Amino acid sequence: MNLKLNIWRQKDSNDKGGFKTYQVSDVSPDMSFLEMIDVLNEDLVKKGEEPVHFDHDCREGICGTCSMVINGRPHGPKQGITTCQLHMRSFSDGDEITIEPWRARAFPVIKDLIVDRSAFDRIIQAGGFVSVNTGGAPDANSIPIAKEVANEAMDAAQCIGCGACVAACKNASAMLFTSAKISQLALLPQGKLERQRRVEKMIWQMEAEGFGACTNTGACEAECPKEISLVHIARAHREYIAAKACSKNV
Amino acid sequence: MNWFISALTSGVGRKVIMALTGLFLILFLIVHLLGNLQLLKDDGGQAFNVYSHFMAHNGLIQLISKLNFFFILLHAFVSYTLYVRNKKARPVGYKVNGAAANSSWSSRSMTLLGTLIFIFLLVHLQGFWYAFKFGSGIPTVTIDGVEMHDAYKWVAEAYANPLISGFYVFSMIVLAFHLWHGFSSAFQSLGLNHVKYTGFIKALGYAYAIIVPGLFAIIPIVLYLKR
Ligand code: HEM
Ligand code: FES
Repeated sequence: MNLKLNIWRQKDSNDKGGFKTYQVSDVSPDMSFLEMIDVLNEDLVKKGEEPVHFDHDCREGICGTCSMVINGRPHGPKQGITTCQLHMRSFSDGDEITIEPWRARAFPVIKDLIVDRSAFDRIIQAGGFVSVNTGGAPDANSIPIAKEVANEAMDAAQCIGCGACVAACKNASAMLFTSAKISQLALLPQGKLERQRRVEKMIWQMEAEGFGACTNTGACEAECPKEISLVHIARAHREYIAAKACSKNV
Repeated sequence: MNWFISALTSGVGRKVIMALTGLFLILFLIVHLLGNLQLLKDDGGQAFNVYSHFMAHNGLIQLISKLNFFFILLHAFVSYTLYVRNKKARPVGYKVNGAAANSSWSSRSMTLLGTLIFIFLLVHLQGFWYAFKFGSGIPTVTIDGVEMHDAYKWVAEAYANPLISGFYVFSMIVLAFHLWHGFSSAFQSLGLNHVKYTGFIKALGYAYAIIVPGLFAIIPIVLYLKR
């Protein structure tokens, strides 16, 4: 396959940046999208040019590091997968592909396609945890949890923090990411103890980072590689309303 | 009080205000529609005139109407603050935007649709509310010994103008799109999303978004054809 790529190039966070066009040839349909960029980069290095910088790590869809908007869709056109799991057979010979970084005030571009997602870390640090004194490992099943509840908590826990929800949302809202953690921990007995403080602090941090507000468009759910549901956003709203009405945090 | 203000001014709190005021307006529209449908009665406007007279002279209705004005302004004002915040959250946009593949047009156009509704409301209130309350030259009729505004005649004359009736029909289409997303969105904002009932709420919302603006739009069409 031969492809024409329009890729966002930006030297550093202060650079204005712009699109550059590249031709790649002899791309195998069995290559992953990232391998296709690897091929381009080898070419660029040989020519003495700066390779295209992009984030990646596991390349098997579990770390959430790979982040790029491909033809206007975070992680490309396929449902329920990350960019590293996207294969070139999803494209056709001669296609023109535009590749952009996540776009959000809270995710400033560091270089080319790499953005700074530490805003997500700070949201988790604000309350996305359970405070326990670590000791010996507790016995399995010492706290009974109903299967349906465990399932729903696991669905929320699938979030890999990639940021596609923010990238897809017209408001650059981080509500799906934030609510997945709020919802997961609110469902489980271990998380219930701190639920009020958690939701208040995490939502506060999310807004302080400069993410937009949710308009319930559902774009996040549609683009999430782990297909996390809007149900968790609704639960986070319930948690928030309940915490604001009942918490001791005056 | 501090916690209360901070709750209501947070992004989530503003969404709750949007949802509560939106749902109030949804209920209000049903009452408004039931009144308006009397314009279609073939009685020379008698039923509509009696109804209008009652609405304008009942203390409770007048109180609710004040509240309604307040909620519309609150809904519009809060939506504007969210719009500004949301625009700021993405200073650099995408070159290629694939939003059509992941969300509905109406859900992405709530601000545009709401603004058009707001313009409609200004025109509507100027013509049919301000004119009755403070204007002069409204024709009167006497029904059962009570002299009252001939609201029917005033409305029918307005709708005889194709520009006015056309504007009303267009605005009802805009309202339909606003509610196509807005109805179920309000429940989501209040945290009400569950497999047990969300399907029903969505279906009810789509039905409401078609039937209520649809019936509103039929009135100017019929009165225009009868002119
Ligand atoms: C006065 C002009 C209006 C403006 C400027 C306006 C604007 C908006 C905007 C921007 C939203 C999206 C808010 C968000 O999701 O964050 C919205 C939601 C909504 N609007 Fe309006 N609107 C107006 C009138 C109306 C009217 C007349 C109704 C009812 C018949 C209505 C019902 C709703 C509902 C139910 C929602 C969903 C609330 C939610 O998502 O939580 N709006 N409106
Ligand atoms: S590189 Fe880990 S999910 Fe794609």
